[in-house]
Amino acid sequence: MKKPAPFGFLRDVASRWDVLAFIVVIGLIAFLAETSRGLFAPLSQLEVTPLSLDPRHLPEYAARTTFRMFAGLALSLLFTLTYATWAAKSERAGKLLVPILDILQSVPIFGFLSVTYVFFMSLAPGRVLGVEFASIFVIFTSQAWNMAFSFYQSLRTIPAELIEAAESFRLSPWMRFWQLEVPFGLPALIWNMMMSMSGGWFFVVASESISVGHTTVVLPGVGSYIALAIAKKDLGAIGWAIATMFLVILACDQLLFRPLVAWVDRFRVEQEPGVRSPTSWVLVMLRRSRLVRAATVTFHSLVLWTSRAVQRTDAQPESAVPRRSRSRDLLWVLILAALIALALWHIAAMLIAQTTLHEALGVAGLALLTMLRVFVLIALASLVWVPIGVWVGMRPRVAQVVQPIAQFLAAFPTNLLFPIVVYGIVTWRLNADVFLSPLMILGTQWYILFNVIAGASQIPTEMRYVTANFRVSGWLWWRRVALPAVLPFYVTGAITASGGSWNAAVVAELANWGDTEVRAHGLGAYIADATTAGDFHRIVLGIGIMSLFVVAINRLFWRPMYFHAERKFRIT
Amino acid sequence: MNQSPLLTCADVRKAYPVPDADELLVLEGMNLELREGQIVGLLGRSGSGKSTLLRLIAGLAEPSAGEIRYMGEPVSGPAPGIAMVFQSFALFPWLTVFENVALGLEAQRLPRAEIRKRSLAAIDLIGLDGFESAYPRELSGGMRQRVGFARALVVHPNILLMDEPFSALDVLTAETLRTDFLDLWAEGRMPIKGVVLVTHNIEEAVLMCDRILLFGSNPGRILSEIKVTLPQPRNRQDPSFRDMVERIYVEMTARPKGAAGGARHERFPGLGIGTELPRVSSNLLSGLMEAVAAPPFNGAADLPDIASDLQMEIDELFPVAETLQMLRFAEVEGGDIKLTEDGKAFAHSALDERKRIFQRHLLTYVPLAGHIRRVLDERLTHSARKSRFVDELEDFMSEEAAEQTLRAVLSWARYAEAFAYDDDTGMFSLENPT
Repeated sequence: MKKPAPFGFLRDVASRWDVLAFIVVIGLIAFLAETSRGLFAPLSQLEVTPLSLDPRHLPEYAARTTFRMFAGLALSLLFTLTYATWAAKSERAGKLLVPILDILQSVPIFGFLSVTYVFFMSLAPGRVLGVEFASIFVIFTSQAWNMAFSFYQSLRTIPAELIEAAESFRLSPWMRFWQLEVPFGLPALIWNMMMSMSGGWFFVVASESISVGHTTVVLPGVGSYIALAIAKKDLGAIGWAIATMFLVILACDQLLFRPLVAWVDRFRVEQEPGVRSPTSWVLVMLRRSRLVRAATVTFHSLVLWTSRAVQRTDAQPESAVPRRSRSRDLLWVLILAALIALALWHIAAMLIAQTTLHEALGVAGLALLTMLRVFVLIALASLVWVPIGVWVGMRPRVAQVVQPIAQFLAAFPTNLLFPIVVYGIVTWRLNADVFLSPLMILGTQWYILFNVIAGASQIPTEMRYVTANFRVSGWLWWRRVALPAVLPFYVTGAITASGGSWNAAVVAELANWGDTEVRAHGLGAYIADATTAGDFHRIVLGIGIMSLFVVAINRLFWRPMYFHAERKFRIT
Repeated sequence: MNQSPLLTCADVRKAYPVPDADELLVLEGMNLELREGQIVGLLGRSGSGKSTLLRLIAGLAEPSAGEIRYMGEPVSGPAPGIAMVFQSFALFPWLTVFENVALGLEAQRLPRAEIRKRSLAAIDLIGLDGFESAYPRELSGGMRQRVGFARALVVHPNILLMDEPFSALDVLTAETLRTDFLDLWAEGRMPIKGVVLVTHNIEEAVLMCDRILLFGSNPGRILSEIKVTLPQPRNRQDPSFRDMVERIYVEMTARPKGAAGGARHERFPGLGIGTELPRVSSNLLSGLMEAVAAPPFNGAADLPDIASDLQMEIDELFPVAETLQMLRFAEVEGGDIKLTEDGKAFAHSALDERKRIFQRHLLTYVPLAGHIRRVLDERLTHSARKSRFVDELEDFMSEEAAEQTLRAVLSWARYAEAFAYDDDTGMFSLENPT
């Protein structure tokens, strides 16, 4: 399966649009934090739902967690279809919208949670609904940016012939969207959705039980169940939660994503020869069912009806040179200027006015520590998984078994496993700075593994014959053949793993076991601390600096590496 | 030339195990001898096992029975004196021309200075001077294959194996490379002593080889050996060259021994529902029938003529011609193709009539099509699962071949409107989709 490129069209390291985008995003976060602070006080009497550690309640908790997940997914889809379409269709808007998306991708997902938590609670005071909103919003933030990016890239790469065909039939924009643009973008979108589920599960679990300042609300769900189990030091209950989550993810994979992936295969424009079409037993079942067939026929005629309802475009062809209206340009510039000014004002009020240089440097130092951790972990994971991935990828039979397992493991929310590790650290009094670190990469290392497997399995047979024929073996084989061949795939995997590890840092650097707190030094622990204390100034400072680091690492390290690998090492 | 042969194959056989069935036989009774100074061509259609034999010789796969000896020693694994040139060039895109060429020497752990000297010499010999630091993606197809040649020659092999080395190139480039290669060979400037060339291009075989082994399929075996004694350099327009090409066409369309003069269907031994069918589109079938029916051929054509007329190589032409023969639309024999009465009628009809004729022939002469139609007719629902037929076919062939055979019958049946298939549900049916 072809994965969308992580960086799309952004080739240059940074443009002024990126700077603007960064300001807008951080300004937005500062604004939300400010609003939240104002609405803080009246929320203390929220009812706390009593939670039970009895495993019999787990199916219900799992159902509620899953519901949140799908609500977030639905929102992300809505956002994708509108935001990405707008960015792709309007040249003016796209210039800012695309960099904003890129910056949003780099903001730690946990940051959205800590900043918006209180804000969402204020929407429905006195009820759990507001917290539900916050939880769903976190899921949204873990998926929407990826999905929107993928759809935007698809929209920008529709073959010119297909667009011309649509134009020659004078399809209305509505029809063109549903008959051409959405189907064309669907395979990549579904694949991306499946891949971003992992972040979704991770943060739905994290968001169900969180305290911001004095406000602690527990949402019934697998995440809060495990939080309670940690507080009560109940290892057995943790085992139950892990088993439940395992089943939930397996069901989602088999009942939803496999059928979807098999179904969207028909929307692929170019079929790569020799690549087997994905199959799904659920899809075959659905297709054979008459009920489902009747339902799809009805749905289809409904779609056709909406197409008729919308006017076709005028017969006149679009003028070759787009008319540029000066007044509109001016309006656009004015709106932009206002936006930037507003963002800058919020940033100034929130950060600059209250931050001493000393504090900022301290936070940057913590960020350096976390960065060191991420890079060391990525390097260690690469040392382990690259040779294994190559070995597996060269053996199609083994790869067929291992590949889905690796993808499954990537989706598993590893924060469920944290208590086990923390229990070990507490019991044996291990160094938290060292032993908490692997938690950051526990869930994201699989991206390296399955990308490398995909890369190794795509080495053409004749190239393997060449190495056998000229008896290239040992270190020479790794250096000249295997490593270069998997490099583009490895970089794609490492980028995802690195981003995921930064995200996980907030949860992984600070952990509890009963009353015992285990803490590693780093930016993640700083943000987690600030969140618990409800100190919005420090939250925004931490998130701002983390975003800055992630963006800088992406632009200065991963992106050049990615384009170099693509250009030099991609086998075509 | 009475010294011992460079290479001998004795009764070589290759079969692959197939789950729940007998093994899949690819090659049988291969006997071959390569002597110093010879170019031996392996000529046949795809699926005749010629490429498999080349891989066995290269030590990239092991024969199931029989023995391959190189310089008197049995081949087990890639031998140092045998180098190979590949159809797809198989260059490493991240290595420069120089690094690609040097790879084989690096594997031998030679001193750096020697690697450098020999690589540059090979690059020079093959006409790549000036391209040393280029990456393969910067080169044209012809230049890339030159790198493939240099990479093979630099290890100073005794035997050069070439697997359709010119078939991925355009006509003009391929011809230039062939002549360059033959010049170097004639002048003895290459370090090689013998060549085995796999090809499906008859003229290429006659142009380059001293001996040609004709391969038949199912299972792959050697049909006959032809010695080419024309002096080099050879001229394609030379009448004796044309005669040789014609003779090979005749041999390749000859009926199997023992069935000579028999009924037509004996050309397909044991044709039942278990026969593997090639995927040939109905457009190609009607196209060839039209071409043969039209002047100047008027219903009967010489295969070499029609091949050059339609610019088709035997790999493309033979499956079409044989499918026509199977459907009783044409007879193929003695290097000629001749339309039957129905074949001519088809060529001169309009679309609806064509479909009627095609349906009649398909259901009568392709047992699998008749079988599927009978099953559908007999059932009350007039529908049946595809997996049912795949299971039946897998008694005779591999899963992959079963899938391909079913797809072939399906595409003909769709054209003939004999039955329909829904890919979403995997069901064959008699209804046409609404």
